[in-house]
Amino acid sequence: MSTTINPVTQRKPFKPGRSRRTRIWKAFARAPLTAWFGVVVVACYAVVALFAPMIAPYGEAQVFPEAFAPWSSEFMLGTDQLGRDVLTRLIYGARNTLGIAVITTALSFFFGVSLGLVAALFKGWVDQVLSRSIDIVLSIPGLIFSLMLLAIFGSNIWSLILIIAVLDSTNFYRLARTSGLSVASMEFIEAARLRGERPSWIVFREILPNILPPLVAEAGLRFCFVFLTISALSFLGVGIQPPTADWGSMVRENATLITYGDITPLLPAAAIGLLTVAVNFVVDWFLHNISGFKDEH
Amino acid sequence: MDQHIAGAIENINPPGTTVMRSRKSQGVVRRLVSIIVQRLALAVASLFVVSLIIFGSVTLLPGNYATAVLGQSATPESVAAFERELGLDRPAVERYVSWISGAVKGDFGASFTSRGDSKRYVSAMVAPRLFNTMFLAAIVAIIAVPLSIFLGVICAFYRNGWVDRILNSTTLTVISVPEFFVAYILTYFVIMRDNFVMTGWAQALPTWLSEWLATGFAAIPAFPILSDVAPDMGFIDRLWMITLPALTLGLVTVAYMMRMTRAAIMNLLATPYVEMAHLKGVSPFSIIVRHALPNAWGPIAYVVTVNLAYLITGVVVVEVVFVYPGAGQLLVDAVRSRDIPVVQACTLIFASAYILLNLVTDIVTIVTNPRLLHPR
Repeated sequence: MSTTINPVTQRKPFKPGRSRRTRIWKAFARAPLTAWFGVVVVACYAVVALFAPMIAPYGEAQVFPEAFAPWSSEFMLGTDQLGRDVLTRLIYGARNTLGIAVITTALSFFFGVSLGLVAALFKGWVDQVLSRSIDIVLSIPGLIFSLMLLAIFGSNIWSLILIIAVLDSTNFYRLARTSGLSVASMEFIEAARLRGERPSWIVFREILPNILPPLVAEAGLRFCFVFLTISALSFLGVGIQPPTADWGSMVRENATLITYGDITPLLPAAAIGLLTVAVNFVVDWFLHNISGFKDEH
Repeated sequence: MDQHIAGAIENINPPGTTVMRSRKSQGVVRRLVSIIVQRLALAVASLFVVSLIIFGSVTLLPGNYATAVLGQSATPESVAAFERELGLDRPAVERYVSWISGAVKGDFGASFTSRGDSKRYVSAMVAPRLFNTMFLAAIVAIIAVPLSIFLGVICAFYRNGWVDRILNSTTLTVISVPEFFVAYILTYFVIMRDNFVMTGWAQALPTWLSEWLATGFAAIPAFPILSDVAPDMGFIDRLWMITLPALTLGLVTVAYMMRMTRAAIMNLLATPYVEMAHLKGVSPFSIIVRHALPNAWGPIAYVVTVNLAYLITGVVVVEVVFVYPGAGQLLVDAVRSRDIPVVQACTLIFASAYILLNLVTDIVTIVTNPRLLHPR
């Protein structure tokens, strides 16, 4: 859950003699245990996703004769319904699911923030048109809307990424617009305008640095939502399509094993949950740092 | 969504402006009616635009509408016949008018799965499933809403105590994992009831622990792990069938609602008038129940509707897990087979329910908030 932070009033006072590196190092040293846990887990996932082909024991779609094999030294987590190694699929799933979620969040950030800043700078009818269109998008439940759009455009990876990015950019839009509006009414923006700076200079050098911290925190939280949405859609069979390994569809394909008391199908779901919790911890810590005040915890 | 709450909370005024109300009650009622009429008009307008989007997006269908259904190998004659049958040769405006006027009467036309003379009407497919979905959502809402408001108040009251910490970390975990994970964990527990002794765990763990666990699992009632309700089932049987899906949805919505209720009350506890009450010696319980809660109703109403709206989308996944014959599962099946009329009907129904819920929140927020009635 995000909190709105006014980045301007809550800046820490400037202390001379502290380079960026020492400040980052100090922040890490003071980080609570949960933040450390979050950072370590996220780093592990990133390593697994980046080096998947080197870590995985077998190929992504390599099929073995025995389907639903139990856990053994040969197949550490058994095989799935077609006889593919579950551990390998999990490792490749990290790469595919995470990669798609990162691309989607980045696109969504780009769409939302640029439109939000356009609305905040131009105001008037531009703002009205944009904001009312966003209201309309928000008046259809997200998952339902993406299901409908997937039915129309078909389930392939690029339509999945674009649909979720566009639907999710509404959050970035609203945050960028409100914080952009409050910064744009400040005197230093007025001064920059009077100096005759170009609009692009004002946006990139004055407004964006001031509204970036809450937007980055929002991006972390939205990443979790996007990740959960993609997993849910894949679980429903309309997201990432086979033979691409993906955690949501892995749960669905092997769900019958649960009725025999086997927990293998729950592992991908647990992997999703662990990453979401870890990202939440990191974002909490980040918000705590940029907000500059200490709450009761 | 939190910005909404923050906005609503900023507008809340300490008690005192209510004095104005009695003097000008006549004007207040008139203003209230005009605001509500305004919101109604807005809701109808957005419903209209949403229906335009749902209808219009079909024309974006890549390739031809008919070839998408009949396949690439369809002859031009069969494509033309299909288009004539669906009325696709008429102009778009005319088709929209006939679609929406049918939809208002509950008639969404024929599904793409109907072949030749054996017509399958969308309304006949959706209606019984919609009832099942509404039943599930209603049961969850009836249990979850009071429970989560109660727990939220308890958490705000014992803030940073052990009750708060335990509930806080539990709910954070529940909202961080996908719904299907919660659903399968519950299923797993029910299955362990009969199978625990046979699993590897029972042998691997020390005897006392596995015996203890076995008795624990045996205490779980044998909930049905597939919720195949039949239309002629009695109320109690139905309730028994949907225990697991209702429990899953309940856990997730209670987690959300409790956290947001706590946040709403905590925000109010930071206001000067609560500090004033605290300083004049009002007991902490009375501060929350008499001072904070009345002003929190607006935000809480918002929280409740957000979650009821969440329930609309949450049912989709849960229905698929438990093979519950609801509208959500129908929608997913229709998306997979690209049965566009069914997708349109389900989307329109879900979107109207969502807009209606938002309308109710708006009105509740206005009615419970004196400041919105007295704009300066």
